[in-house]
Amino acid sequence: MADNANPIEPIHQFEISNFFTFGTIGGDGTEGSGVEIAFTNSALFMVLTVLVIAGFLILSTRGRGLVPGRMQLLAEMCYEFIANMVRTSAGTEGMRFFPFVFSLFMFILIANLFGMFPYFFTVTSHLIVAVMLALMVFITVVVYGFMRNGFGFFKLFVPSGIPWYVMWLVVPIEFISFLSRPLSHSLRLFGNILAGHIVLKVFGGMVVALLAAGAWAPLAILPFGMAVALTGLEFLVAALQAFVFAVLTCVYLNDAIHPGH
Amino acid sequence: MAGELSETITLAQAETDLTHEGEGGDAATEADHGAATEQGAATDHGTEAAGHEDAALHEGTEAGGHAAPAVFPPFNPATFGSQILWLALTFGVLYLLMSRFALPRIGEILEVRRDRVEGDLAEADRLRQKTDQAIEAYEQDLADARAKAHGIAESTRDEIRKDLDGQRAKVEADLSKKMAAAEARIQETKTSAMSHVDEIASDTATSLVSQLLGTVPAKSVNSAVSAVIKETQNGN
Repeated sequence: MADNANPIEPIHQFEISNFFTFGTIGGDGTEGSGVEIAFTNSALFMVLTVLVIAGFLILSTRGRGLVPGRMQLLAEMCYEFIANMVRTSAGTEGMRFFPFVFSLFMFILIANLFGMFPYFFTVTSHLIVAVMLALMVFITVVVYGFMRNGFGFFKLFVPSGIPWYVMWLVVPIEFISFLSRPLSHSLRLFGNILAGHIVLKVFGGMVVALLAAGAWAPLAILPFGMAVALTGLEFLVAALQAFVFAVLTCVYLNDAIHPGH
Repeated sequence: MAGELSETITLAQAETDLTHEGEGGDAATEADHGAATEQGAATDHGTEAAGHEDAALHEGTEAGGHAAPAVFPPFNPATFGSQILWLALTFGVLYLLMSRFALPRIGEILEVRRDRVEGDLAEADRLRQKTDQAIEAYEQDLADARAKAHGIAESTRDEIRKDLDGQRAKVEADLSKKMAAAEARIQETKTSAMSHVDEIASDTATSLVSQLLGTVPAKSVNSAVSAVIKETQNGN
């Protein structure tokens, strides 16, 4: 059904197709039960993303030039950009999470940018990917927070300098807001990328539909212009969402390191 | 006919999803009661329900084969397993590559550069201090030399002055000695000259008196003259 679906249908781009299936883990042997493991188009683009990042960073710094070339300068800029972000938001102690934040930022950025190529699959447009990334951050924050501060981590929910009689209201609010972090953290990325790609595809589809509509064909210029403008916007969103995700990660890590407000 | 057929299959599958696979047969039996054309469709469906693999192959994705075909792909739980697995694998590899190779290398490059720049700046600072010291030493030397030259000039001048004064004193002493000698000689001459004055006066008086009065004893003339001289000397 996916194969003969309408080519301009905007949801088709998110379809996951298996290149080869390894098998199913668990389940009762019937179709659909258990967890199916396959190498999919999504997996392919995850692998490509990692290859591009690692290839770029490792090859560009191969010369270890004292005076950097263009590519090395770009790699150094990425490094310093994230290093400064971590240092300013999470302090010097947060620098132990620098490789983690850097990997997150680069992974999301390159995955988003891969999605800007026509016919390429966008890894981050799938809910589960964004959720897993956000959960990874959340679990890191909780585990490190308790490891470092013990029960002092609970101070996170008790803002200092407020009178005791509003505590019963503030503490639950803080707690709920803490628990809802992975939700907002992941849905922001997922929603932005998904919506952007759908809107882009809708306008692209309108161009195709209008071109096929005989006398209406000249009007196709309108959605075409829109699609061009949205493409520019989507490049911005692709970079911005990676940045936002990384900044929020730093902010959350800062809470784990310094739980007192 | 073909469209109708697939529609029937979809409906039957929706029903299969709602109930269980085993009950798919019931749906087929129910469909059997329909018209002849529908019966054909139901037979098709029957084979499909029995051999679900065919349906999966037919639909391209196994996920579509079981879940309702209209499921929104990003929310399709059938794909979650693979995505989580591959995300964990790829992100794990990325993290390892970044933390073990890429980031330490870039960090090292930046540190080497910073050290180099700092080293160069320190070296420049050191050299500047050295220059400052050299300039200071030079100026010190210059001032010393100037002071020394001044001292030499001063001492030379003093020496010359002392020498000059000594010579002048000597010359003056010499001169005054000579002057004293000359004065003594003048005095002597004067005294001797004055001692002859008596004689001249007696001679002159004798000759005067002899001219006037004739010859007079020299003894009385001499005593008169010396009396006058004595008187004159006492008078003044």
